[in-house]
Amino acid sequence: MINALANGIRLIGHRTIEAVWRLGAATRFMGLVLARSAMAFRRFQLTLDEIHFAGVLSLIIIIVSGLFVGLVLGLQGYETLKRYGSAEAVGTLVALALVRELGPVVAALLFASRAGSAMTAEIGIMKSTEQLSAMEMMAVDPFARVISPMFWGGFISMPLLAAIFSVMGIFGGYLITVVIIGVDSGAFWSQMQASVDLRDDILNGVIKSVVFGAAVTAIALFEGYDAPPTAEGVSRAVTRTVVTSALAVLALDFVLTAFMFTGV
Amino acid sequence: MKRTTLDLWVGIFVTAGVLALFVLALKVGNASNISVSDGYRVVAEFDNIGGLKVRAPVKSAGVVVGRVEGIALDTRSFRANVTMRIDKHYPFPKDSSASILTAGLLGEQYIGMDGGGDEQNLQDGDRIKLTQSAIVLEKVIGQFLYGKAAENVSGGTDKK
Repeated sequence: MINALANGIRLIGHRTIEAVWRLGAATRFMGLVLARSAMAFRRFQLTLDEIHFAGVLSLIIIIVSGLFVGLVLGLQGYETLKRYGSAEAVGTLVALALVRELGPVVAALLFASRAGSAMTAEIGIMKSTEQLSAMEMMAVDPFARVISPMFWGGFISMPLLAAIFSVMGIFGGYLITVVIIGVDSGAFWSQMQASVDLRDDILNGVIKSVVFGAAVTAIALFEGYDAPPTAEGVSRAVTRTVVTSALAVLALDFVLTAFMFTGV
Repeated sequence: MKRTTLDLWVGIFVTAGVLALFVLALKVGNASNISVSDGYRVVAEFDNIGGLKVRAPVKSAGVVVGRVEGIALDTRSFRANVTMRIDKHYPFPKDSSASILTAGLLGEQYIGMDGGGDEQNLQDGDRIKLTQSAIVLEKVIGQFLYGKAAENVSGGTDKK
């Protein structure tokens, strides 16, 4: 009885120590990535490759999902607002929802599953096939040569993807409500412009997407670097990347929203 | 993929992203609206500001002429001090009045300025003397109910 209790408490202690240890390792890892990022900018071609991989190749999924999210928002918003006789406010609804929340959050979730998982797999396999060690043998720093450019590529791509997502969503909302249903086009745009603020809404949305981009990329790279060097270990690490990034994005979103959009 | 094609695609992506940000700022947001960075400040004292918020618009004849910059409670008179910044292109006479109005039935509250007839214009730091407070729905209903009750009482005595 007492033994079982002690074991339970020991388990809690063990888990806590492990979590703190991992957090410390992740912080040191990120410190290394940032400290060795000089090469990512001096040989900018390396970062360009990563922008191509993380950003350009994610364009299709971002554009298509942005369009559909906008279409759904427009349709649902119109059906609800129609009851209160203010169907023109649908532009405001679509724009605010996308710029403040859905743009950064959904783009970050898509980015995590499309680009983050691939980053984890790449780093994890490079590690398990000892490519990273081989680089070190050849006096090539794998942080400067591989990991840092990946981080900056993701960091630069994510805000751009979120902005494209928002614009496509607003275009989708415009398409369904103005072109198909027939809401007045002038009212749609003017009500939107009257209520979306450059600093309070758009700048805060961009800040969110920058934070999410940094968080998702950092999680993906650390999970890849920390993966056990086996096939199973890499596959688990990829799963963990997607789950942890999604949780981190949603939790960070709550914290950022609480700071940005509450109070006077 | 060849180097040049890759560079081209990255270029297209970055341009599209930056363009999207500009579209958000100019077409969706109100960056093209006036920002009252340089203007003059006036203070108006209200009995009750209702749901007025900082950054609410100040309008005159429906035209946005400024923004609310600060709201504070004067603890001696227990009235609200509302600081507004008004665009310097719109001078108002010294005896202009300010009232708190609501846009539509459920809309946000804003300050409406009505120009007076004074020769002199409001200067930076002036106070607006004539103000009309926000309408608080509970008070209006309360007054209406008291009025009804009084009517009933007087009506009852008339019948006797």
